[in-house]
Amino acid sequence: MLIAVCVKQIPDPASPGALDPTTRTLDRSGKLIMDDSDSYGVELGLRLAEAAGGGEVVLVSMAPRSETGGLRTALAMGAARAVLVSDPALSGSDALSTAKVLAAALRRVGADLVLAATESTDGYTGTVPAQVAELLGLPSVTFAKSIALEGPEVVVQRQTEAGYDEVRCPLPALVTVTAGVVDPRYPSFKGIMAAKSKPVDVLSLADLGLGPEVVGGAAAGQELVEVRDAEARAGGEVVVDDGSAYEQIVEFLERVKVI
Amino acid sequence: MAVDRILVLVERGPAGPVSASLELLSAARGLAARVDGAAWGADVSSLAGTVGAYGAATLFDLGDPGDALPGPQVAAALAGLATGPDAPDAILVPTTYDGRDIAARLSVRLDRPVLTNVVGLELVDGTLTTSHAIFGGAQVARARFTGAGPGIFVVRAKSFPAEEVGGDPAAVVTVGPADVGTTGAARVVSRHVEERSGPSLDEAAVVVSGGRGLGQPESYQLVEELARLLHGAPGASRAIVDAGWVPYAYQVGQTGKTVKPTVYLAVGISGATQHLVGMKGAKNIVAINKDQEAPIFSIADLGVVGDVHKIVPQLIEALKQRA
Ligand SMILES: Cc1cc2nc3c(=O)[nH]c(=O)nc-3n(C[C@H](O)[C@H](O)[C@H](O)COP(=O)(O)OP(=O)(O)OC[C@H]3O[C@@H](n4cnc5c(N)ncnc54)[C@H](O)[C@@H]3O)c2cc1C
Ligand SMILES: Nc1ncnc2c1ncn2[C@@H]1O[C@H](COP(=O)(O)O)[C@@H](O)[C@H]1O
Repeated sequence: MLIAVCVKQIPDPASPGALDPTTRTLDRSGKLIMDDSDSYGVELGLRLAEAAGGGEVVLVSMAPRSETGGLRTALAMGAARAVLVSDPALSGSDALSTAKVLAAALRRVGADLVLAATESTDGYTGTVPAQVAELLGLPSVTFAKSIALEGPEVVVQRQTEAGYDEVRCPLPALVTVTAGVVDPRYPSFKGIMAAKSKPVDVLSLADLGLGPEVVGGAAAGQELVEVRDAEARAGGEVVVDDGSAYEQIVEFLERVKVI
Repeated sequence: MAVDRILVLVERGPAGPVSASLELLSAARGLAARVDGAAWGADVSSLAGTVGAYGAATLFDLGDPGDALPGPQVAAALAGLATGPDAPDAILVPTTYDGRDIAARLSVRLDRPVLTNVVGLELVDGTLTTSHAIFGGAQVARARFTGAGPGIFVVRAKSFPAEEVGGDPAAVVTVGPADVGTTGAARVVSRHVEERSGPSLDEAAVVVSGGRGLGQPESYQLVEELARLLHGAPGASRAIVDAGWVPYAYQVGQTGKTVKPTVYLAVGISGATQHLVGMKGAKNIVAINKDQEAPIFSIADLGVVGDVHKIVPQLIEALKQRA
């Protein structure tokens, strides 16, 4: 069982970057870390590989400057190796370009199951994984809250408006994992040491046989025309509860006529 | 690029088209001379009346994927509509579980990008220009497509009002189903519905949301009880969704739902930007938090500094007295 997990490496959301005023792209010059959203896919991938007995988890990422900071975290959790696509021509890629690159890398990996997050923390388009699936001609199940392998099929509990659906899908397939559905393991000291020597295969666009005319900023079919501050919403009255604040809430609800 | 025709993806809910689709039909009317709808599933023609009443001339029947997840087949059928002389200039897709899958796969079929998380659409010099809330709604980014059409827009619910115009039923034209082979092989084998009474989060006039300040999962009952007494819907911050206290469908915010109720009551929620972006369109905001410095107070019309475990039971008692 070969399981590929997409891992996006992003600037630390605790100190979010800003849009570069001239290029209008997100400043990604700082150190990159693993997107928290992907830690759930890594965890589920490792559990599935363990349950299958002798499975392997391979990470797939596209990031600038051959960044491996985030990949090392996932390798330390237990993934076996990583494929990283990095190329200056990829700067300014939109979701479709990103999907084309990830699909080309995944084609080389040839996994039975591809995992990704439902949406990334910084881009949150939520479209990259289904685009990857369509490019690879794979079925996909999005919004998984649990995943099990049963013979040639993957069985997924898929979140819905009303609860969840049980979905079955033949392999190979792509599944996206919703944040928060498992507790990702912390890398052990041994894992962190081992991760340093695990293989990371760094590929350029040329290695994948992709030209800058099909992917990257040059191929992007959309542009930002303006970024401005949103209208601020002013706060109102703040009272400290002295045991009777609930009465003020009741009065407020009466005033706006919901009771 | 003038905008003559807009195609709106109409998704079906338990009671006809979902409101997010009706909002898109309404918005499209103001942007294009002709608006059409497209829907999938059994008996699409039963939606023709409603879709027509919201201004669509034609309702395309994209076929019935049956138990299969609809993404691949619906995208293939839509792709067939999106080329040729009658192609729409824009395709509007609601941000739903299936809508995003469909838009993503359609994007590959047409080799066109998608603009997602759209919260506003207007014509600027004849070009559809979108608005997106970024950095937790602190800033607005505006964007547009550059290449040839049709543009694919995935629009968040509650971005536009839904307004009936009372048109004739839409003419139903069958275009599906498309055969997509094993790509369409994911199928639903059983559905699990969690019992919920009262209005949905999307439609409720009052939303009561709970956060980590509730302390433990059992305390979420306070939120549910308060919501019930106010004929509202219970919601949640991501912190307690991630902690497994309530299902994902309850989540309000950037990666959850956008709500615009008459009153939003935030109970033990700090007011992180990613939460605010999903609720600051509420007409009135009431917040209860024990930390005077909590950011939620900066947008609350009435802020109460205090303990939710004291105040919410008092509030529940007072509302029961009135009933
Ligand atoms: C990419 C991304 C997307 C996100 N999307 C969302 C989203 O869609 N929705 C969302 O909600 N969040 C989202 N978040 C998470 C968000 O940043 C916050 O972490 C989350 O909203 C915090 O939830 P909270 O307010 O319940 O918890 P906390 O921030 O921990 O706040 C708890 C509050 O309760 C108060 N409190 C504690 N005890 C009491 C008491 N006894 N009485 C009264 N008050 C008390 C505290 O003072 C505190 O203010 C996202 C984050 C990221 C990075
Ligand atoms: N550059 C990338 N490298 C690896 N995985 C990615 C990349 N971009 C997106 N993904 C995957 O696709 C998911 C959804 O991304 P998005 O469509 O940007 O919300 C992410 O959470 C990742 O799992």
